[in-house]
Amino acid sequence: MAEIKIKSVARRFGKVEALKSIDLTVADQEFLVLLGASGCGKTTLLRIVAGLETASEGEVWIGDERVDRLPPRDRKIAMVFQNYAVFPHLTVFENIAFGLRMAKLDQNTVDKRVKRTAELMHIDPLLERYSGQLSGGQRQRVAVARALAMEPEVLLMDEPLSNLDALLRMEMRAELKSVLAESKTTTIYVTHDQVEAMSMADRIAIMNKGEIVQASDAVDIYRNPSHRFVGSFIGNPPMNFLPAKPLEGSMWSVANLQLPGPAHPSNATDSQIEFAIRPEDLTVGDATTEGAMHVKVRVVEPLGSHLLASCLVDEQLFRVVLDSDHPITSGDSLYIKPMMDRIRWFDAKSEHVL
Amino acid sequence: MQTRALPYLLLLPSVILLGVLFLYPFVLVAWQAISDDAGQLTSAHFSEMLGHWKFNTAFKNTLYLTLAVVPIQMVLALYMASLVTGMKRGRDAFLYIWTIPLGISDLAAGIIWLSIFEQSGFLNSFLVTFGINEQPETFLGYQNKGTIFLAIALAEIWRATAIVLVILVAGMGLIPKEYQEAAEVFGASRWQRFTKVTLPLLKPSLQTALILRVILAFEVFAVVAALGGTNLPILMGEVYQWQFVLRDPNVAAAFALVILGISILCTLVIMWFLRTPKGATI
Ligand SMILES: Nc1ncnc2c1ncn2[C@@H]1O[C@H](COP(=O)(O)OP(=O)(O)OP(=O)(O)O)[C@@H](O)[C@H]1O
Ligand SMILES: [Mg+2]
Repeated sequence: MAEIKIKSVARRFGKVEALKSIDLTVADQEFLVLLGASGCGKTTLLRIVAGLETASEGEVWIGDERVDRLPPRDRKIAMVFQNYAVFPHLTVFENIAFGLRMAKLDQNTVDKRVKRTAELMHIDPLLERYSGQLSGGQRQRVAVARALAMEPEVLLMDEPLSNLDALLRMEMRAELKSVLAESKTTTIYVTHDQVEAMSMADRIAIMNKGEIVQASDAVDIYRNPSHRFVGSFIGNPPMNFLPAKPLEGSMWSVANLQLPGPAHPSNATDSQIEFAIRPEDLTVGDATTEGAMHVKVRVVEPLGSHLLASCLVDEQLFRVVLDSDHPITSGDSLYIKPMMDRIRWFDAKSEHVL
Repeated sequence: MQTRALPYLLLLPSVILLGVLFLYPFVLVAWQAISDDAGQLTSAHFSEMLGHWKFNTAFKNTLYLTLAVVPIQMVLALYMASLVTGMKRGRDAFLYIWTIPLGISDLAAGIIWLSIFEQSGFLNSFLVTFGINEQPETFLGYQNKGTIFLAIALAEIWRATAIVLVILVAGMGLIPKEYQEAAEVFGASRWQRFTKVTLPLLKPSLQTALILRVILAFEVFAVVAALGGTNLPILMGEVYQWQFVLRDPNVAAAFALVILGISILCTLVIMWFLRTPKGATI
């Protein structure tokens, strides 16, 4: 049983608040992905769980034990470091075997585990090399293999596949996922890569500026962002946002449209809430279409599977995903109709969903 | 072509300077050790040196002194460097204090320790004042060879550990923290982190420090002269004796070549022993 509980963990570096009261529970055997922009505190959180950094406040529990005063080696974890930290004075074999040797496993087990994890990460031909003789991607896979060889209850991975080419990354992420599911490991996995996050995660925790703004499964995060940041961060391209002005009843005026939305807040004034929709949740009509928004096309990017049109509405950027064979060029007018059940509304001040 | 020659061209002045100031005198000394006044090759000077009753003693004393001093210095310096490197605050203050002996010449260091150990020195005053001894003792008398050896070893350790410390602190500072962290996460204890990570990554610095110290230990002179006079013969002391007291520069040159020989030998042994494995980049 290795459930990870992070309770009100905060971390300050002088004046910088790297983490602001993080609460997060990772269930036993769960694969949780931490996703967030650069500098939002992912590594810091991981290092606190590992014990390499001390929290300014809060508690960390692994299983039934409070671990935030324990040294890293007593926490039964393994970690893949963002900067690899592959020992330069040891061969690849000895690097992967490092933790096993510290745990005093017999040579047979060491050999077996090193061989298996090396094969898994496709680095078995490199076992006799030193880290100085490896490419960045190979070194990174050594770091992953070193952690996997431990067969830990808790595995912390800080962007473990960031340096691999797209094809290898896809392959590795499938293998990682299946190995970890089989071994019943509880995993926290940090990445910048949304596709990676969505494809691997049981649950994704989105971080922004030292806070976890939403933790849920991939579809929920994509469809129902609880926070404006999530909508603007997840999805490629991300959600479109437009200011909404209050009308009669719970109607709102968005660009040239009148849309039913949430009940008016008591102190409603202009632009206090925002209309949001994903670029693919729009249907294309023409000038006569009822309830269509009129946008001006600025740039068209043919992306193979679809066209991405960057348009303007009231001087605001508005992206639309179109069929690849849609005849359109910049300067054209476009009439688009939002799918009503896909519209989301956000409070412009608190940025929370309404 | 031009760019390939450039580094050598830039190195040339220093090579010429070394050649003139080091290689040329070295050849002269070497020649002096193996030739007679008529300019004929001879092994007479070496025979005379080897046949002299003090040669074996001086050779052994030098070796023993090196064996006693250098390992203790290395261990001490490693320990101190680990402490300093682990410090968050005040590391500079400690470093400054610990490196004070570096600023003192070896003769001055010898005299400082002489003032402690001599008959009217601090140690005797202390022992007599507190009634531990009735009479001052002659610690450094010719019959107390062991004490002389100890005093010299002590003075050398006090004087020259700092240079090792400085080299090792610089070396440890270059080891990225992430390796320690990785070792810690993967279950290494403090001691294991030291032996499995710090020491191997410190090899280049250890090599430098060890070679420097061993060579300097073979050339120990002023501290021995101050504390032991001629009671504890050592190789460098013999060079001085033959050159300036016995006025036989040929035998003095032979002694000098012996020192050079064992220095080179030890350097090679150390370099081999602390070599980094082929392919590893540390
Ligand atoms: N030792 C430190 N001293 C001061 N500030 C720090 C320290 N470590 C991290 N920070 C700050 O804390 C914040 C979070 O850093 P962290 O490394 O956790 O980001 P991250 O989410 O891992 O980013 P990336 O995706 O680029 O790796 C950053 O603003 C960073 O500048
Ligand atoms: Mg990071």
